[in-house]
Amino acid sequence: MVDLKKSYVVGDVTVHALRGVNLDLARGTFLAVVGASGSGKSTFMNITGLLDRPTAGRYLLEGEDVSGFDRDLRAQLRNRKIGFVFQNFNLLPRTTALENVELPMLYSPDAPSAADRHAKAQRLLDIVGLGPRAHHTPSQLSGGQQQRVAIARALVNDPEILLADEPTGNLDTRTSIEIMEVLQRLNREKGITIILITHEHDIAEYAHREVTFRDGRVVSDRLVQSRRDAAQERAALPEEEAVT
Amino acid sequence: MKIRNVLRIALVAIRRNAVRSGLTMLGVIIGVASVIAMIALGSGARAAIDDQIQQQGTNVIYVSAGSFGRGPGMARGGAGSTTTLTLEDAQAIARDVPTIARVSPMARGRAQVVAGNQNWNTSVEGGNEDYIVIRNWPLASGADFTARDVLVAEKVALLGPTVAKTLFPDSDPVGQIIRVRNLPFRVVGVLTSKGQNQWGQDQDDIIIAPYTTVQKKLLGITFIQQIVLSATSSDAVEPAAVEITKLMRQRHKIQDPNDDDFTVRTVAEMAATRTEMANTMTMLLMSVASVSLLVGGIGIMNIMLVSVTERTREIGLRMAVGARTRDILRQFLAEAVSLSIVGGAVGVLLGMSVSRLLTTGLGWPTVITPTSIIVAFAFAGAVGVFFGFYPARKAAELDPIEALRYE
Repeated sequence: MVDLKKSYVVGDVTVHALRGVNLDLARGTFLAVVGASGSGKSTFMNITGLLDRPTAGRYLLEGEDVSGFDRDLRAQLRNRKIGFVFQNFNLLPRTTALENVELPMLYSPDAPSAADRHAKAQRLLDIVGLGPRAHHTPSQLSGGQQQRVAIARALVNDPEILLADEPTGNLDTRTSIEIMEVLQRLNREKGITIILITHEHDIAEYAHREVTFRDGRVVSDRLVQSRRDAAQERAALPEEEAVT
Repeated sequence: MKIRNVLRIALVAIRRNAVRSGLTMLGVIIGVASVIAMIALGSGARAAIDDQIQQQGTNVIYVSAGSFGRGPGMARGGAGSTTTLTLEDAQAIARDVPTIARVSPMARGRAQVVAGNQNWNTSVEGGNEDYIVIRNWPLASGADFTARDVLVAEKVALLGPTVAKTLFPDSDPVGQIIRVRNLPFRVVGVLTSKGQNQWGQDQDDIIIAPYTTVQKKLLGITFIQQIVLSATSSDAVEPAAVEITKLMRQRHKIQDPNDDDFTVRTVAEMAATRTEMANTMTMLLMSVASVSLLVGGIGIMNIMLVSVTERTREIGLRMAVGARTRDILRQFLAEAVSLSIVGGAVGVLLGMSVSRLLTTGLGWPTVITPTSIIVAFAFAGAVGVFFGFYPARKAAELDPIEALRYE
């Protein structure tokens, strides 16, 4: 990303959410983006996730400048290359986990057949450890389980980048560790690039690299020194009633 | 996105809010049902008119005394009010217009009729022996009176079924004596039933006798009120009518058509007027029915707008995972159209049952045509597209970031 700028006009005031951000992200990186609210990290995520366009600057995704893409081109690119995980899960209510996971496939240009969709969604639910709950609706699942469904949904089109916006924000510590374990495993085993937006430093320590935003600029960019391993931490936790 | 998936999502969304969807559809259902029923009623009325033309005979021409003058400042009494139409006119037409097959003069009045202890007031029409042939009115029993009966003004009568039933509830009227204005008439035949006419008048409440008898013995007049004629074929009706008009003007020495003291009408012409009236009525009812369909459409738009607002987060999510503008547009349009199409289908069924009910319950003739079903159905679909478009576009144009953040 080269000199990314984004400004909004709110009433008479122009708000500069990003004031020139330069960032280069290698494939397979687990990046944590931290910053207080209003630091510009959400805007950064929206642009990275192709939900928004920069006012100036360029965004190169796999060498291709996508900053000028229109709405529908960005939609297709999101569909193929980017998976989203949100703080509030954003699952479709009264819809089974399986159908929620299938959703992005419906919008693929070459949508697979219903049978293929079911098979793939089921496989991904198995990966996140929710195979047996495929036919439950979100209201029948715990927060951690809902977030796993959301992760499975984000992965269903084999994206390059997984964008996780405060994925543990609504979860307790134990469940947070479980979610981070899933993300670390996906990053390690499948080589998926993960961008984790958070305001908690301890959550950022699960990543390889930590970028701090303040007032629309990157103020620190460092490798995580003592990286936390969620799998080990979970094993060390006292046994509780299993959540999964 | 594939159309099949779009439809599936739409139907799932509709089922999810079953009660709300049902109530929304109700508007379209009522609209379509009333359109169907109104068209059925209109078609039924037209069919009944066609039926009546067949009954009356398509070749019939009426020449009535009097005219509906259109000139300014003229006082006109209307058909039947003048005394200038005569037997000689009838004979002249029969002689000079070659395309005329049969002619009968007609004189008409009301009279009190008595048989035994039964008493009845009815219309007495006098014609010649061809009168019931021209009017395409067969006998149920007995025989028509003869040319000789007409010549000598014999007191004989044919009874309409209503009169026959009233005067002779339990016996065969043929051969019996009735008293018409206190004169004894011999019943020679009973007519078949024609039922009610267009205006609900009982056509069977009638006595037909020789016109000579009616003129001299009942009414004491020498003129006639009408000449009833039949042309040789239905194609000959119009030219015959023109020729008759010409001949009559000549005989009555009339220069200006506004001064006509007679009126020539054909059954086809009368039927055309009635059909036009039926069409006007149908159009009127149809437009009222269309308004309810329109209201139904507005109901759909309303509920779709609510639905878009309620599902803003869902829309944002769908966009985030790759739904393009047109995918969202299609999804909501499909929902609106499904509502209206399903409503249309139910409305068609309801409309058909209502039509049947109108026929069996009220005796109004109705005809359901495939065209009316297709038209109503297509109209319902169009309403869905029209009123679904605005909410769908609103949904499709949402900003994904805003939509995802929507609470």
